[in-house]
Amino acid sequence: MLAALLLVFREVLEAALIVGIAAAATRGVAGRGRWIGAGLGLGLVGSVLVAIGAGAIAGSIGGTGQEWFNAAVLLAAVAMIGWHVIWMSRHARQLAADMKSMGSAVAQGRRPLTALLVVVTIAVLREGSEIVLFGYGLVAGGASVASLASGGALGLLSGVAVGLALYYGLLKIPMRYFFQATNGLLVLLAAGLAASAAGYLVQADVLPTLVDPLWDTSWLLTDDSMLGGVLKVLIGYSAQPSGIQMLFYAATVLVLLAGMRVFRFSSPPVASAPRPALEPES
Amino acid sequence: MRLVTALCLSLSLLPAAVLAQAREYTVTLSNNRFEPAEVIVPANTKIKLVIINKDATPEEFESRELNREKVVSGNSTMNLYVGPLKPGRYPFFGEFNIKTAQGALIAR
Repeated sequence: MLAALLLVFREVLEAALIVGIAAAATRGVAGRGRWIGAGLGLGLVGSVLVAIGAGAIAGSIGGTGQEWFNAAVLLAAVAMIGWHVIWMSRHARQLAADMKSMGSAVAQGRRPLTALLVVVTIAVLREGSEIVLFGYGLVAGGASVASLASGGALGLLSGVAVGLALYYGLLKIPMRYFFQATNGLLVLLAAGLAASAAGYLVQADVLPTLVDPLWDTSWLLTDDSMLGGVLKVLIGYSAQPSGIQMLFYAATVLVLLAGMRVFRFSSPPVASAPRPALEPES
Repeated sequence: MRLVTALCLSLSLLPAAVLAQAREYTVTLSNNRFEPAEVIVPANTKIKLVIINKDATPEEFESRELNREKVVSGNSTMNLYVGPLKPGRYPFFGEFNIKTAQGALIAR
């Protein structure tokens, strides 16, 4: 039961933190509950499908299908987050001003919601498929379903609790800085996901490591500690990253910040919000 | 600017990485244990690690030190590339059976 609790907690925590950030980042957008719910649902269905197809995925592309699959979905999530933050840098001011009159947000909200729906789906699908495989293995190995289910339920609840804590913590940020803060978090999240994708492509022998490890801070904070795991999701922390991972991380941050800057002024200022334009995090 | 240089450098290294032939080392998984539990591999060279899962249940090969994570389905084989490693001990484990599935690469 303890093994199930710990594994489920670890996997759910990763997904819950990402969902927490996505939920906060879509604050004030009408209908977001349905979109995030749809993302969760699609992710759960996807988890089972990926777990069933794990063998077929792994066997494809000369035995490197799993790495390609992981890298592809991670990079898709990076692209979707990029789309969202760039869109937000154009509309954040308006959205903050419109928090009480939801009407215009409905039309404008559709685009980033599609993007974050995909991000939520991918987060749940990646972590969920591991839980399904783990659970299948235990049950097939003769473990008690009741003990597995109770451990899993506790792990699920604890993971969701941390995600909710992050969400409500983020809501405490004053509205004036709110979308700057969530955009900044999303940029770091995307950078961390891009670095993970690079890691999978190194594992498949597609990319060189350049330097491996670039540094080693495992004496300070290991990846498998609670804090290390949270920071891994939030800012892409790794105790022993390779050079190529750092390169992907930095390139993602630079590309997204540049994109936010380029597109920032293309929307007309809103009369009801005479505040200075929101600066993207830098 | 430095980033652009680094990016170009990394792209120019790409074919070399793809073409390099890596030596193979095999670890077998049965009854949720790795056999051999310790594998001695050469340091400073890239190797191909082959994991044969003889159990019917899936396992996830994972190592923080090696920065590697890969699912091995039941009754199947997977491989992944590791290194070049500095001399040292690199523990790995099966995430679905942490108690028993423990092993390490020893790079010399």
